[in-house]
Amino acid sequence: MSLEIEKVTVQVEADEPRKVVEGVSLTVNPGEIHALMGPNGSGKTSLLYAIAGHPNYQIIEGDVRLDGESIVSLSPDQRSLKGILLGFQNPREIPGVKLSTLLLAATNKRAGVQDLLKVQNPRMLVEARRYARELGLDPSVLRRDVNLGFSGGERKRSEILQALILKPRYVLLDEPDSGLDIDGVKAVAKYINKLAENGSGVLLVTHYARILNYARPHRVSVIVNGRLVESGGPELAETLEREGYARYGGEEA
Amino acid sequence: MTEAVKTSKLEEILGGWPGEELYGVEKEYAKEVEIRGKIERGLIEEISRIKGEPEWMLRLRLRALELFEKYPMPNWLVGVEHIDLEELSQYVKPKAERVSSWEEIPKEYREAYERLGLPELEQRFLMGLTAVYDSETVFHRFKKELEKKGVILLPMEEAVQKYPDLVKQYFAKVFPPSDHKFAALHVALWSGGTFVYVPPNVRIEQPIEAFFFIGASMEGQFEHTLIVADENSFIHFIEGCSAPLLKKYSFHDGMVEIFAKKGSHVKFTTIQNWSRNIINFNNKRAIAEENAFVEWLEGSIGSQITYTYPSTVLRGRGSRTSNIVIGLANGPYLKDTGSKVIHVAPETKSRIVSKSISNAGGINIYRGLVKISPSAENAFAQVDCDSLIMDSESQAHTFPHIQVDNPTATVSHEAKTGRLSDDQLFYMQSRGLKEGEAKALIVLGMLQDVLPDLPLEYVSVLSKVIQLEFSEVGAVG
Repeated sequence: MSLEIEKVTVQVEADEPRKVVEGVSLTVNPGEIHALMGPNGSGKTSLLYAIAGHPNYQIIEGDVRLDGESIVSLSPDQRSLKGILLGFQNPREIPGVKLSTLLLAATNKRAGVQDLLKVQNPRMLVEARRYARELGLDPSVLRRDVNLGFSGGERKRSEILQALILKPRYVLLDEPDSGLDIDGVKAVAKYINKLAENGSGVLLVTHYARILNYARPHRVSVIVNGRLVESGGPELAETLEREGYARYGGEEA
Repeated sequence: MTEAVKTSKLEEILGGWPGEELYGVEKEYAKEVEIRGKIERGLIEEISRIKGEPEWMLRLRLRALELFEKYPMPNWLVGVEHIDLEELSQYVKPKAERVSSWEEIPKEYREAYERLGLPELEQRFLMGLTAVYDSETVFHRFKKELEKKGVILLPMEEAVQKYPDLVKQYFAKVFPPSDHKFAALHVALWSGGTFVYVPPNVRIEQPIEAFFFIGASMEGQFEHTLIVADENSFIHFIEGCSAPLLKKYSFHDGMVEIFAKKGSHVKFTTIQNWSRNIINFNNKRAIAEENAFVEWLEGSIGSQITYTYPSTVLRGRGSRTSNIVIGLANGPYLKDTGSKVIHVAPETKSRIVSKSISNAGGINIYRGLVKISPSAENAFAQVDCDSLIMDSESQAHTFPHIQVDNPTATVSHEAKTGRLSDDQLFYMQSRGLKEGEAKALIVLGMLQDVLPDLPLEYVSVLSKVIQLEFSEVGAVG
């Protein structure tokens, strides 16, 4: 049981397609935090988009298996329902759709309720309000349109909040720490730990080791220029914090 | 108008759309009378004779016929020119007597209403209901307590017989047949519909509904609704429309006239969900006298092509109107919607809100008119057009027209167009929602601020319809 990323090559679909990730292999185990580090532009976000099924990020070689089952031919929503959840670095604004509505629809979808807006389980919203408070969000955020007018910190916290409610088997978090102050980093890290404690496998993308002081990774992998250059235990993050990415010949972030 | 709109042919728009789940399929049923052929004096006289109408109504029809023959086809309409009016049945009387209980309606007709949940809605929620099948009313019932208060709620034909003086005073007066070719056609051929009179100071707290159903292809439906709200009265009238998926097309050319007297408040809500074989032409107009308030809420979900522009003439000092028009063009369909407000009297206020959603090749056109007459001192008018375009194949166009002939007026117009980006869609999909489901949520979100006035039962139905709507198209695309 794990999320296996096997020799994955990702191509960005554009006028001139280019490979942004080449031959990367990683494993994310349930209940573990796997930190994926690397300088800016190294392909971390592209890899997450490709795993989640963004149409512009095609996996042209390799495979992604969720608990043994290949998911690369599935649509983004099917992947999500299988248990993949992407926490975005820059979550999009969805005017008109309240955060509570999105959560209601997403949980109804998972429960097989046909009318996505039917309030089937009022406890979900109670739980969402509690998590919001604990993450340092005003619970009224649930009544606001998704990400619309949210501050950077609110967006990051809202992504974690959604993961806590949707309870994915594997959660891909794209720089959940960027733009947060130290209290924000601590709050977010605490709930990343909680996600892992609850059994989710976490693939945590970051280029600063700071958050890893609070969300302790079980494994650390480094990609530079789209290729995996090193993997190791938590001590690797500490080395990187001291020495930066210069040791891989790449540029300092 | 763009080339694309001009050149879109009916045949293209007729393209297959598997709406069977949503609408059901066309079934055989017995018709007692079916009249088709050239629209001429003899045909009009035949309809009038079947209805046993008084002479004045026949004369009105014949006058309208003359106008219809005289007027040219409006040159800005798309689609209507492809209809061969003479191919259509101008009058279809289903083989069902009008009754006041659902059980008495022959099964083949009743099923259509049960499918739509109408009997339940009527029982739980409405003060009165008229159901028109093709050209005639097959069900009519309203609460006794209203009768005691002096409310008149009758099928239009019966009102013509029983209250000729009252009907004569308003019928085709708010919206005269001389307005345009299809108004004239309507008045010449009208059949079915509802007449409502609300006496002074009577407030009907729960809605009254009229439901229009077209059962077969190649029909014209020309129902007429007339509402007279006397001083300080209140009524909320809901109009629903549906048809099964037809083998060919049918044509709807209905009319609604509202006369809102001093201090009255009339709400008129339309939830139009014709199947994609209906070409829908509407004629809706209200006159508001002193301090009267008219609200139009027009939700155009279904049909192939819809033309609808609910309009209000603010004739009395201090009268107001709120016109909300929603157009959903999901698939290769056209919604040509909008609203007109004529400010005649001083201190009048109007607000027009248009919300359009274009998806999967759908086209929305907003056409509006705000006219401030020289006599309308201190008028206030606000127009908001909000368009959402969901993919690169779909379009939205806005043609607002504002004419201000009094310098004391305050007039504003705002238009905004939103486009759904791939990244927004991906964000929603990454939460486990299909493309269509994501779109349905966005559409419902966009409509949120114009729906709170709608009774909860209808919001819930609308929510389901829109979810189903997008799930269907999602399955096709």
